[in-house]
Amino acid sequence: MPDNFTSVPESKIVPKKRGRISFVWVIPIVAAIAGGWIAVDKIMSEGPKITITFQSGDGLDAGKTKIMYDGLPVGKLTAVKMADDHKHVIATAEMDPKAKDFLVKDTKFWVVKPRMTGLSFSGLGTILSGNYIGVEMGQSQESERSYIALDAPPIVAHDTPGRFFMLKTAELGSLNQGTPIYYRQLQAGEVVSWELDPTGHFLNVKVFIQSPYDKFVTPDTRFWQASGIDMTLSANGLHVETQSIMSILAGGIAFETPTTDSPQPPAGANAAFTLYNDRSTAFRPPPRDPQSYLLVFNQSVRGLTVGAPVTMNGVTVGEVTAITAEFDAKTATFTVPVTVSLDPARYGVKFLEVPAGEDSRAIHRKMMDTVVAKGLRAQLKTGSLISGALYVSVDFYPDAPPATMDWAQNPPRVPTMPGSIEGIESSLAGIMKKIDQMQFKEISDDLRKTFGELDKTLVGVRGTLTNADLLLNNAGQLVNPNSVLMQGLDGTVQEMGEAAKALRVLMDYLERHPEALIRGKTGDSK
Amino acid sequence: MNAMEQGLQSCEGCGLLSRPPAGAHEGVCPRCDEKIHYRKPKSLEKTLAYVIAAAVCYIPANLLPVMTTITSGDRESDTIMQGVVLLWSPHGWPLSLIVLFASIMIPSAKIVALGYLLFTVRRGSLENNAQRTRLYRIVEIVGRWSMVDVFVDTFTVALIQLQPLMSVEPAIGLFFFAAVVVLTMLAVESFDPRLIWDGKVQHA
Repeated sequence: MPDNFTSVPESKIVPKKRGRISFVWVIPIVAAIAGGWIAVDKIMSEGPKITITFQSGDGLDAGKTKIMYDGLPVGKLTAVKMADDHKHVIATAEMDPKAKDFLVKDTKFWVVKPRMTGLSFSGLGTILSGNYIGVEMGQSQESERSYIALDAPPIVAHDTPGRFFMLKTAELGSLNQGTPIYYRQLQAGEVVSWELDPTGHFLNVKVFIQSPYDKFVTPDTRFWQASGIDMTLSANGLHVETQSIMSILAGGIAFETPTTDSPQPPAGANAAFTLYNDRSTAFRPPPRDPQSYLLVFNQSVRGLTVGAPVTMNGVTVGEVTAITAEFDAKTATFTVPVTVSLDPARYGVKFLEVPAGEDSRAIHRKMMDTVVAKGLRAQLKTGSLISGALYVSVDFYPDAPPATMDWAQNPPRVPTMPGSIEGIESSLAGIMKKIDQMQFKEISDDLRKTFGELDKTLVGVRGTLTNADLLLNNAGQLVNPNSVLMQGLDGTVQEMGEAAKALRVLMDYLERHPEALIRGKTGDSK
Repeated sequence: MNAMEQGLQSCEGCGLLSRPPAGAHEGVCPRCDEKIHYRKPKSLEKTLAYVIAAAVCYIPANLLPVMTTITSGDRESDTIMQGVVLLWSPHGWPLSLIVLFASIMIPSAKIVALGYLLFTVRRGSLENNAQRTRLYRIVEIVGRWSMVDVFVDTFTVALIQLQPLMSVEPAIGLFFFAAVVVLTMLAVESFDPRLIWDGKVQHA
């Protein structure tokens, strides 16, 4: 068989180099190097992954929502999913490798979306660009990878110089996060947050006063609600006080430090202050050693409220602290014991200077006994006839029936006088009685008689008026231009005019020739 | 019996059957000057190298994004698989399936098929020879269609350039994907299907 193929031509021989390993292996090696390099690059450029827990996933978009620091993206959400408890949203974010320093324990994250704090808007840019996550770098050194997002952006940036203070208030009023705080009508800080005190009796409002205003906050500083307008009507006229239009609309807090001879050092951070309702309350001196007294009234105290002022010659020296009713079984009468708290500081500081070794209570007792003996009595008075509000007036009534302090009672009882309301009532009753006694029948008869006479008088008056009319007509004829009188008058006036003309000629001549007075008229011959 | 056993070679260019000169294995076709061998030289080695390279490139091709869509400053990169998921919708699922087949299943099937052929040829297995040859033909025919995905991407990149609003850029994964397609085609090219029938015969 092989012989059959002898006619098949032979191929030529070409010498050939032979490498042991084919060149083709370069390709997988290059591929492996390229793949490996890409992989290393990917791993190197991969930033830390963090998880952030949000209250709601509103506006969070996996793969789109960015984490921005100072307007620059530092990360991106990669996944958003429900927490196992179905109450929170857990977002996974991949951070920029350079943002590693950010990820410490007290770093804060929050969703930036359009919101209104007070009257200022923030995050308006996100309407177009979509929500993003804001981040504030923490100070801690401890690294952290899982966070809980804030509900709202932090009011105060971490690096803003200033200090935090706590304000205690019974009511929040119109305060809100971001409510401005004014110092001499300059915005000096903001309300950061608030929380109910564990006792539930008041709120703790956390405020931030930025530098340099924070150094004006001393232990003496008073804070008050500056929301709205303070109007006082005094002898000087109407006085309106307000911080700014903004504070009228959105509320605000103002603070002021009373100027004293010895300036106090600035208050420590997180020092607590009371938030007063207005400036005047804020600057009212705090009661020192308040004294409670009992006043027993035998009249209605309708209109008297707890907190009603106790005045002495019109000066407020205390307030009503309790009003009760008491039935006295012995006399079968109702009485109204009213407890008042008097502030000795308001009616004499000297009085407080207790000599060493003496009991201040004994001094009080002695003083009260003396003044009551001189006629000091408490009395209910009407503050406003319209509202019927009552106040307690303490005054001296030397003519009052003698009475003494009752120190056996607790608090000690101060004698009272029947109030002005009773006085008004009794005099009103007297007036009513007199009105009752009036003889209306006779009065009306008299009136009728008087009216009849008045009628006659009026007829007479009509005659008089007719005469007056005639008189006036005659007078009118007198001044008529054709009347004799008027013509005579006319002639007189003309002559007077001519006399005046002659006089003027004479005066002119005399002015030019004063010598004529002596020499006589020389004539025009010269 | 086959040509090689008889010491004969056929030209791959013009099909002319020739006999190597005495003492030599390879020569040049006397009719068309094409190099002729009994079998493609180093066929298994080259195919193996290409298949390994393709397999290496296949990983980044699927893990890295192939396309970056930029819409008003927002960059969004998609891998092939994300594209498949994106296209999957009640009406678009056929398109999604096409991408899935052309871009993910065919390249991987090619690599596996070539690997299988290499393995069986190396072992000198003679079972299912007809089937394996058919497998080789299918791999050869179907392979080039994987390029469709690369073309679609390049077209998209060229067409969607609405600069400020939206633009599409090719991403690194696309280059790896193109490399996979080209490398598998090269692997198919360098594989000599005649080897399937050679059994344990020593081949050059």
